[in-house]
Amino acid sequence: MILHFLTQAVFWFLVILTVGSAIVVVFNKRILHSAFALLFTLCGVAGLYVFLSADFLAASQMLVYVGGILTLIIFGVFLTARMYNMSIPEQTHQRFLALLPVLGLGGIIFYVLNSAEWHLITPMVAPTTENLGKMLLTTYLVPFEVASMLLLAALIGAIRLARPRKEDHDD
Amino acid sequence: MIALEPYLDLIISVVYVVGIVLFLSLFALFATWLERKVAGHIQDRLGPMETGGWHGWLQPIADAIKLLIKEDIIPAAADKKLFKLAPYLVFIGSLAGFAVLPFAANLIGSDLNIGVYYVIAVTSLVVIGILMAGWASNNKWSMYGAMRSAAQMISYEIPVALSLLIPVMMAGTMSMVEIVDNQAGGFWNWYVFRTMPFSLIAFVIYFWASLAEVNRAPFDLPEAESELVAGYFTEYSGIRWAMFFLAEYGDMFVVSAIAATVFLGGWYAPFPFLDIIPGPIWFIGKTAFLVFVQMWLRWTLPRLRVDQLMYVCWKIFLPFSFANLLLVGLWVVLKG
Repeated sequence: MILHFLTQAVFWFLVILTVGSAIVVVFNKRILHSAFALLFTLCGVAGLYVFLSADFLAASQMLVYVGGILTLIIFGVFLTARMYNMSIPEQTHQRFLALLPVLGLGGIIFYVLNSAEWHLITPMVAPTTENLGKMLLTTYLVPFEVASMLLLAALIGAIRLARPRKEDHDD
Repeated sequence: MIALEPYLDLIISVVYVVGIVLFLSLFALFATWLERKVAGHIQDRLGPMETGGWHGWLQPIADAIKLLIKEDIIPAAADKKLFKLAPYLVFIGSLAGFAVLPFAANLIGSDLNIGVYYVIAVTSLVVIGILMAGWASNNKWSMYGAMRSAAQMISYEIPVALSLLIPVMMAGTMSMVEIVDNQAGGFWNWYVFRTMPFSLIAFVIYFWASLAEVNRAPFDLPEAESELVAGYFTEYSGIRWAMFFLAEYGDMFVVSAIAATVFLGGWYAPFPFLDIIPGPIWFIGKTAFLVFVQMWLRWTLPRLRVDQLMYVCWKIFLPFSFANLLLVGLWVVLKG
């Protein structure tokens, strides 16, 4: 009974953490506070993955999103020149026009949530790593390799763009 | 009397967590004393000798009391919320690593199937905490320290992960307990000595890169006292500063404990007949030795420049790690 209650409490804590910090991300006027609030959203989602017994996915969420993408976002904010003087739009314009895509997207999400057939499965405690590894190297080998090629190309492209051009120095 | 049995797991977990926090604090106290003694003797002086009589053994406790009762200063221009939050994040990131350290076959927080991967993942929190501390302090030194630290930790995460992959490949699992179990029966079975010289290279790369991960000399640019005062925790004082300190020593223990686990046979003795000595003693002993080596290096080597730091990571550790990975992969395939 207590165990069940504790599990529920942790689950709801994670839900509130995820949604609450996501609201802060959207509504906070200071861009860096938004970025740091995103940390709690990402951690909350990782916690929810653990509830879905997706251990590998949860760790990947932490590694890729917190360790990689969030750090990149924060670096981006840090390195933005004249961060303090920049006027970041803080008002909401064109409320009625914005309502259209919001309602549209909301409707689509609502429709999908309603029409999808949800399969309730009993949570497995079995590790997922082995199956994931096998599937990545058999069934999903081609998408996996295509994705890694794409990332490699993006990496080389980024280095090419960031490098100072020769002709700039010659001029 | 309430039946306790259904809650036994819960109670054990709570006791274990409290135990780990206590262990971490005691270890940090001991390590600060050891650090001063090591520094002192390397520099041909004695280090603390007065407090407590025998070789100044009470010095860390006196320091701890001092830190606890010190005024908690928050700069007026600081971003107060983030300033207060940052030490906790850094500390949590460090403490979370302890969950998968196998002190003995049965003495482990949680023998996760993804143990090694989990440690690499949770240390991401430390990077964010340090960035937060640097920004919130509203101080140039803190900011530079935080930027350096984050750049360094992200860069060195790659050689760390690649060199940890080698024992993972040899063991065929990421579970800490199984990796150690594969190294049973004498030091010649430890992964550092199998597949010579590849696993030895992996161990050396891991150890050096992990020094950079925990911001220790010769990779201590983030807190380089001669140019940045104290880097990202320049503005911190009292108990909040102590949390950074605790996290740093906790991180030193975690990275050394991982090295001891995946390369040096974890809780197993170097010779089978020495197995009568309990596993946790071997495990903590090996870890403490590696922590000592970290201190030894800190007081021996000069600090690297930023460009040298990046050179070592991207042009030396990374290619060697990849070549190592391919060769060990070949070894694993050929061995079947």
